[in-house]
Amino acid sequence: MKPFTYERARSPADAAAAGRMPNAKFIAGGTNLLDLMKLQIETPSHLIDVNGLGFDKIEPASDGGLRVGSLVRNTDLAADERVRRDYGVLSRALLAGASGQLRNMATTAGNLLQRTRCPYFYDTNMPCNKRRPGSGCAAIGGVSRQLAVIGASDACIATHPSDMAVAMRALDATVETVRSDGSQRSIAIADFHRLPGDAPHVDTTLEAGELITAVNLPKPLGGKHIYRKVRDRASYAFALVSVAAIVQPDGTGRVAVGGVAHKPWRVEPAEAELPRGPRAVTARLLEGARPTADNAFKIPLVERTIAAVLAEARA
Amino acid sequence: MPHAIPDAAAQNPASLSLVANVSLNINGAVHRLALDPRTTLLDTLREHLHLTGSKKGCDHGQCGACTVIVEGRRINSCLTLAVMHEGDRVTTIEGLGTPDNLHPMQAAFVKHDGYQCGYCTPGQICSAVAVLDEIKAGIPSHATADLTTAPAATTDEIRERMSGNICRCGAYSNIREAITEVAGGKV
Ligand SMILES: Cc1cc2nc3c(=O)[nH]c(=O)nc-3n(C[C@H](O)[C@H](O)[C@H](O)COP(=O)(O)OP(=O)(O)OC[C@H]3O[C@@H](n4cnc5c(N)ncnc54)[C@H](O)[C@@H]3O)c2cc1C
Ligand code: SF4
Ligand code: FES
Ligand code: FES
Repeated sequence: MKPFTYERARSPADAAAAGRMPNAKFIAGGTNLLDLMKLQIETPSHLIDVNGLGFDKIEPASDGGLRVGSLVRNTDLAADERVRRDYGVLSRALLAGASGQLRNMATTAGNLLQRTRCPYFYDTNMPCNKRRPGSGCAAIGGVSRQLAVIGASDACIATHPSDMAVAMRALDATVETVRSDGSQRSIAIADFHRLPGDAPHVDTTLEAGELITAVNLPKPLGGKHIYRKVRDRASYAFALVSVAAIVQPDGTGRVAVGGVAHKPWRVEPAEAELPRGPRAVTARLLEGARPTADNAFKIPLVERTIAAVLAEARA
Repeated sequence: MPHAIPDAAAQNPASLSLVANVSLNINGAVHRLALDPRTTLLDTLREHLHLTGSKKGCDHGQCGACTVIVEGRRINSCLTLAVMHEGDRVTTIEGLGTPDNLHPMQAAFVKHDGYQCGYCTPGQICSAVAVLDEIKAGIPSHATADLTTAPAATTDEIRERMSGNICRCGAYSNIREAITEVAGGKV
């Protein structure tokens, strides 16, 4: 690890202002940032510990939804009675991710901001536009089994690895932040993660030093909540493909897919195809997909996973 | 985990230094340490306090050998900085039991042969103790069929909840039996 200085932030405004220091980073659970710092993929010279800011509560919001503090641990969010009852897809997605130990540390904000698991991003001997802009992309033409089939660019074909974010996209959560000048804003989850385009080193639409304070869940949507994750092991592995679905008794619903793109993948018009079944939904959802030879299997896998989810919803 | 801001460095960014003070309660004893902020909790335990029960398998959150219990919850001590734990209570394998007075989970691992080389064992045992507390507290897992009912210490639950602890010797089924026995179930 490169040397860094460390401070415990005393207030959100302080933290956001400190975030403006060149090469400063917030640290929450530390489970992604420290992993990457040990490999010198992240090299902050200053760490701002945000754990003391009190963003660790889940509170009812005035619109009937829930306001989830950015420091709420993944374990606590998954276990919250209201989340289990009204946002089951979110509990399920969280519980499908990482391990018990990691979920005890991982936070809501940190989970959203975790970086890709592209093997070349992790291998500092290889070119990677996300890690070193302009160096090239070793994954294109390389081992790309885990990588994106849609929304990718000639610069990067990475996927976003979060399970939680896929459920939040199905729920249409919003991310609340405070910028380094103290102003606040709220970002729809659909606009939060970016596609790689020609700037794959930028994962999200957050500004430098912008601090996430909370994630808002809309008022309960009802319906059946299902999260189905397909992976190489039965537990403790990232998704090859995952499906977050909320299906209403009349067969309408929402579907978001993980493991296929640089962001949780949801195409609202595809949901209009739900009455016509998984093939029609997948055709619309993955229209324009450009898989590699290594990961073309993901397209039928998405269809079959959606089929399994819809069968479970009917059961 | 609320934190105080004790050190001058945090009060005055101009004095930010490459040494940070932290006070940790480890197995009941308070330790005041001045550390390079890069020091993980695992390295603090092993290299500074010579509590070598907690093991370093991967140093990247992937194996669980470094599992310790902080403020009642199991975490990977390799993926957290010691300075992030001002005032926290940490329990390591050394604090669970002693050779003459084993913790019930330690005794059950011995009885059921829940190890071969023993390298993963301290992490397995810390994790297992916390797993049973998590089930008691009603925290669900991926194996919990119904999110609205309380989970039980079934084989499926224990296997899923222990998936963050890897054992290269493959002692898994004996580990599961040891945990089941402590949970009061039929092995
Ligand atoms: C072995 C292993 C397996 C895993 N498996 C899975 C899996 O199957 N599914 C899955 O979804 N995830 C998985 N994960 C990833 C895990 O979910 C993330 O590491 C975790 O959610 C990150 O949260 P954190 O609080 O620890 O983030 P940190 O590491 O503290 O921070 C991550 C990033 O977020 C920034 N940040 C943190 N808080 C804020 C804030 N409030 N405002 C602005 N920026 C902030 C930090 O600066 C940093 O850039 C796995 C991780 C490991 C190590
Ligand atoms: S796919 Fe993206 S993250 Fe992976 S090597 Fe290419 S540029 Fe890097
Ligand atoms: S050493 Fe911490 S998880 Fe492997
Ligand atoms: S007993 Fe050898 S690694 Fe588990």
